[in-house]
Amino acid sequence: MSSIEKKEIASHELPKTEIDAETMAKRDEKIQVAMIALCGCWGCTLSFLDMDERMIDLLQKVNITRSSLTDIKRIPTRCAIGFVEGGIANEENIETLIHFRENCDILISVGACAVWGGVPSMRNLVSLEDCFTEAYLESPTMLPDQKKVIPFHEDLPPITNKVYPCHEVVKMDYFLPGCPPEGEAIFKVLDDLANGREVDLPRAINRFD
Amino acid sequence: MSITITIDNKEIKTDIGATLIDVAADNGIFIPRLCYMRGKPCLGTCRVCSVKVNGWMAASCTIPVQDGMIVEVDTSEVKDIQKALVETLFSEGTHNCPSCEKSGRCDLQAMGYETDMMVSRFPYRFTERNKENAANLIWLERDRCIFCQRCVNFIQDEETGQKIFSISGRGPSSRIEIDKELADKMNKKQARAASDICPVGCIIDKERGYDHAMGVRKYDITSIRERILKGEQ
Repeated sequence: MSSIEKKEIASHELPKTEIDAETMAKRDEKIQVAMIALCGCWGCTLSFLDMDERMIDLLQKVNITRSSLTDIKRIPTRCAIGFVEGGIANEENIETLIHFRENCDILISVGACAVWGGVPSMRNLVSLEDCFTEAYLESPTMLPDQKKVIPFHEDLPPITNKVYPCHEVVKMDYFLPGCPPEGEAIFKVLDDLANGREVDLPRAINRFD
Repeated sequence: MSITITIDNKEIKTDIGATLIDVAADNGIFIPRLCYMRGKPCLGTCRVCSVKVNGWMAASCTIPVQDGMIVEVDTSEVKDIQKALVETLFSEGTHNCPSCEKSGRCDLQAMGYETDMMVSRFPYRFTERNKENAANLIWLERDRCIFCQRCVNFIQDEETGQKIFSISGRGPSSRIEIDKELADKMNKKQARAASDICPVGCIIDKERGYDHAMGVRKYDITSIRERILKGEQ
C-alpha cells in the first residue's frame, strides 16, 4: 500500500462545545481518573460497570476523563489515577502507555493482560512470522480467491515481536489480576484510592481467572 | 518423647521427630506448600513451605522438630520469601488461569491467593514445552509443570510398581514424561487420581474439562488454608 499525503485531524483536535462553567468547576474539584484499553478485550471495562449503583456514589468523588465509556480519546488534564487494561502488543500501545505514565500520578494494571500478557500473550510461543502466516496467508477461513497479503499501512502500528505486561514498559503502581477482575475488586481499589486509604484488596476477591 | 518448640513466640508441646509443617498445621498455623502431602514421604522440591528455623531459612516439610527449636512463620520476611517462591513458579511456566481447566482446584493458584500474590516480580518467560497427547486417558500440559515430583514418586503401576511419570533433561530443558504403555493400563479412577495429585494443570484426565462452574469448584467451596488446617491435605 502506498503512502498518502496526510490531511487528517486527530479526534482530540476536533472542535467541541464548551461545557458550562458551573459543571466544569464541579468536575475540576473531583479526582480525575483516566482509563485505557490496550491489547485486551475490553472485558475489564465491562467488569468496571459491574460495580452497578455504587458507581453513583463514587462519581460524586471522581471524574472519568479518557475512557471507552466517555469516548474522550486523549487525557485532557493531569489525572490522579490511570486504569490500564490490556497488554503491550504494538507500538501504539507503548506510546499510549508512556503518555499515561507521564500524565497520571498512579497507574494500575487491571486484568490478566495488563498484569502478565493474558490471552494475547499466547502468541509469545510462536514467532511473529508464523503468527502472520497463520492469520493472513494460510488462514483456514480464507476465501479461495482471496489475495494473500499481510496488512501494511503507515497508519497501522507495527506489531511487537512478543506481548509484554505493562510493568515491563513503564512503572506500574498497583496490580489487579483476574480475567476480568470482579467489579467488586475494581470498586474496592478505586474506593480506597479515592478516599486516600492504602490499597488493600481482600484475599477473598483476588482472582487469577 | 514430649518436647517444646516455639512458633511465633507461642510454645507448642509436641513429639520429637514430628515434621515441622505438620506440627504447625495441628496448632492452627498455616504454612503454604505445593509438593508436600501429609502422610506421604517428604519430597522437598518446591521450597514454598520455607520458614525461619533457629534463624535460618529451611523448608519446613524437611525439618523433624527438636526440643527448644525457635520457628518464625508469620513475619513479613518469611511471608515475602514464600510469595517470591510462588512467583518464580508463575514466571517459569505458562500459567494462564483463565484458559486452564484446573482453575479453582489448582494448588498453585490457591497458594498464589494465600500468599497475596498479584503479579510476579520476575519476568514471565513463556516457556515452550510440547504437549503430550499419546496416552489414552491423560493429557500432559508440560509448560504448566512445576517439577514437584508428586506424580513421579506417588503414581505407580499397580501390577509392577513401576513409575509411570518421570522427568527428562536437566535445568531449563527438563520436562515431564509419561510412560504411554503403563499409562494406558490405568483405569479412569487411577487417571483421575493422577490428575488430582498434580498441584497444577499439567496432568489432565481427558474428558473431564470444566466439570464445575465458578463458585462451586474445590477451592471455591473450602479454601486450601482451611483444608490444610483440618488435616485434609
